[in-house]
Amino acid sequence: MKKLQSTWYNMAVVLTLISVAMGAALAYVNQVTKPTIEQEQQKALETGIQKVLGGGDVKVNEEKTLTDANGESLQVYYTDKGMAVKASDPKGFGGRLVALVGLDYEGNILGYEVLETKETPGLGAKAQTWFQAGAKGNIIGKRAGDLAVSKDGGDVDAITASTITSRAFLRIVNNAAATAMGKPDANTSATGLHKN
Amino acid sequence: MKALRIFLNGVVKENPTFVLLLGMCPTLGTTSSAINGMSMGLATMVVLVFSNFIISLIKDIVPNMVRIPAFVVVIASLVTILQMLIKAYAPEVDKSLGLFIPLIVVNCIILGRAEAFAAKNNPLDSIFDGLGIGIGFTLALTLLGAVRELLGTGRVFDVALFPETYGALLFVLAPGAFIALGYLIAIVNKLKKN
Repeated sequence: MKKLQSTWYNMAVVLTLISVAMGAALAYVNQVTKPTIEQEQQKALETGIQKVLGGGDVKVNEEKTLTDANGESLQVYYTDKGMAVKASDPKGFGGRLVALVGLDYEGNILGYEVLETKETPGLGAKAQTWFQAGAKGNIIGKRAGDLAVSKDGGDVDAITASTITSRAFLRIVNNAAATAMGKPDANTSATGLHKN
Repeated sequence: MKALRIFLNGVVKENPTFVLLLGMCPTLGTTSSAINGMSMGLATMVVLVFSNFIISLIKDIVPNMVRIPAFVVVIASLVTILQMLIKAYAPEVDKSLGLFIPLIVVNCIILGRAEAFAAKNNPLDSIFDGLGIGIGFTLALTLLGAVRELLGTGRVFDVALFPETYGALLFVLAPGAFIALGYLIAIVNKLKKN
């Protein structure tokens, strides 16, 4: 077959046809995968909430979006066991750090899970394991609110050579607690806040 | 036999990473561990096989002057499709590589093969070329990832070979990627000469 000539007409028609065909393929795949993607995200969130609240079945009673002192919006999921707070801090070493923090209604940390990280692999990316129970920088069971790394006078061991990541992470935990426990908003019923 | 020759050409003689030095951005960016390098290589291979095939099919109806935009539309759509599929069916891969998948679009290996091979050969040969180059790329990325992971953390594919404290963190970071890649290229070239 001879190659088509590069006339204006040919070029316009061919490019349009290719774009339409690829667009149709994209639309089709999007339609097929969208429900699965949403399911996966929902499932990831649910297992995350379960995990940070110490495992077992957890039913979310109420869900609320709040704004913390830095103007970052955070999601709070109230359950019978405690609350799971999805909070973030824009000043990690590599960019935004997002974590899910499990707290009981007194503000004690039950667990946490790093959801999104752009921290350095091998350094700041260790945050997922570093602060867990039994690890060096264990924060589980501690009271959130004014946690700080030892360099700043606190009692949490920072990740070796990753003080900036550690600070950002602790800011997330502190802000999560402060905001979720803090002054009940007049506009919301805040049912979860007064449960024990 | 021709198919085999095309395939091996991509893996060895024109290995995209060690010989052509194409696609350096994902090569350096994603190889902090062996598994990351391998996933990136495989994802690139899938896109490459399909883009080579489709471009080879449409090469005769695409006027010469608009071939690059036409190829880019095809490649970008394939990458977006792959991204949606990974998000839906392999969320774990999406978590570690999500950031890099869209960058496959601008990987010059893919446009390079479209232009240098698929636009001049039949669809079947183009598939083999995609497979060869893709596997060559995957092998190179896996090897580089494994070397960096081993020297940096003492692990390969998350299996500990020596304690992490002996690892030189440098190799996990960006400068280590350049150093490790430089030595690997030197070694591969030396081996090829013998």
